[in-house]
Amino acid sequence: MKRHLISAADLTRDDAVLILDTAEEMARLADRPIKKLPTLRGRTIVNLFFEDSTRTRISFEAAAKRLSADVISFSAKGSSVSKGESLKDTALTLEAMGADAVVIRHHDSGAPHRLATSGWIGGSVVNAGDGTHEHPTQALLDAFTMRRHLGQGTGSDLAGRRVTIVGDILHSRVARSNVHLLSALGADVTLVAPPTLVPIGVGHWPCEVSYDLDSVLAKSDAVMMLRVQRERMNAAFFPTEREYARRYGLDGERMARMPEHAIVMHPGPMNRGMEITADVADSPRCTAVEQVTNGVSIRMAVFYLLLGGAEPAVSEPAAPALTRTEESS
Amino acid sequence: MDSNSSTPARPVLEAPDIARVLTRIAHEIVERAKGADDVVLLGIPTRGVHLAHRLAGKLEEITTRPTPVGSLDITMYRDDLRLGPARTLARTDIPGDGIDGRLVILVDDVLFSGRTIRAALDALNDIGRPRAVQLAVLVDRGHRELPIRADYVGKNLPTSLRETVRVQLDEEDGRDGVLLGERSEVGVPPAEGRESETTPVGEQ
Repeated sequence: MKRHLISAADLTRDDAVLILDTAEEMARLADRPIKKLPTLRGRTIVNLFFEDSTRTRISFEAAAKRLSADVISFSAKGSSVSKGESLKDTALTLEAMGADAVVIRHHDSGAPHRLATSGWIGGSVVNAGDGTHEHPTQALLDAFTMRRHLGQGTGSDLAGRRVTIVGDILHSRVARSNVHLLSALGADVTLVAPPTLVPIGVGHWPCEVSYDLDSVLAKSDAVMMLRVQRERMNAAFFPTEREYARRYGLDGERMARMPEHAIVMHPGPMNRGMEITADVADSPRCTAVEQVTNGVSIRMAVFYLLLGGAEPAVSEPAAPALTRTEESS
Repeated sequence: MDSNSSTPARPVLEAPDIARVLTRIAHEIVERAKGADDVVLLGIPTRGVHLAHRLAGKLEEITTRPTPVGSLDITMYRDDLRLGPARTLARTDIPGDGIDGRLVILVDDVLFSGRTIRAALDALNDIGRPRAVQLAVLVDRGHRELPIRADYVGKNLPTSLRETVRVQLDEEDGRDGVLLGERSEVGVPPAEGRESETTPVGEQ
């Protein structure tokens, strides 16, 4: 993990396991009467959202507040962005206000990278989803959820686990981040989608591709359903929604073909009746709500590891984090 | 650490000594807590947790009742977090019945500046409201920077700031012992069992 979290591809297996283990400790905070830690007191975190979001924005805000950071939430609607202010000028404004970290969601792929590498700001940049590129904290919370259900617990990865990601891969930043992260954690990933929704160059990704959902269900430990992103579609990618649902939607009958231990995941928001039926979405095997809970723990872990010390916990070249038994001389 | 120092570390407590002082501390706890009915032992990772489990065993031998034992990670409450990279978190594990209204005894290996215990008191504050909080340490090496003292001390060990105290426990290091050596500039992996109290400010 560098000073920023822009892409899941930047994370090594050890980085990812460290984040998951740290999140495991953060999750225990939920059982306490006071769900707050003093660790980031005096730090300022800015949520910079140029795109609509419910879960992610609230999740980042809750994570920062639970670590006692000061949080400034900014959404493009109603801000000077609507008057034509550029990303650079917005960033310079944030820098002038002393932001220690900027969480950015942007409709343009690459915006967080630009923010992190431009020199406009001195703090850490966390990518909360950029266009169709990446959404690393979503992949981390997905991996965290999988490890809790399928893994060996703290310190373990997802080696040998088979994860199937189904749906609109072409427009999905969640799928991209998950492919990178899950393969780093040793999982075998299979993407399932209609050919029109599979991106060009997928052959270079560390995963398999299938066009037949039924053929992979029986050997999946986790099945992740993706929302069809109509807002990003500028062409006809499949004949009808009904046909899409029939071929690539997860219903009770298909879920019954999954192994007993297998879980159904969804990053949200769900299109019930499209990629997932209501009975599957509401079944105890569906972890969608749990993923939201885990998202707060993961984002707390990311904030702690990026901002909790004088420098990120894992930097390049990778240096092991100190333990309490080492003196701080 | 000591392998690089000019004079080799000398043992100040051996395995039988550690067993003996823990037995004594257990008896002192039973005496002061009038039977130790409501005692909860919370070890401060890493070696404090092992010591807490050992103390719980000794208490059970004396009282014939199991004593709840857990761990309390103070990393997120440290006052020196920003002096180095973010530290790996250890496990906080509070016994099922909680700590409200109980006598919590914090257990650590070395009491030094007192900053670790200050952090532990802050952490406890967020977890519950004990009836009282006491502190048991294997070694008190002095050099306090805060008005904190131990209620139960295995060994008072006057030291200079140029010296280091290394506690080794079988569960963590493969052997029991407390070594007194000279401080070296070379960092040592945690497995070699360095003292767990933070260095006083004057040393930083």
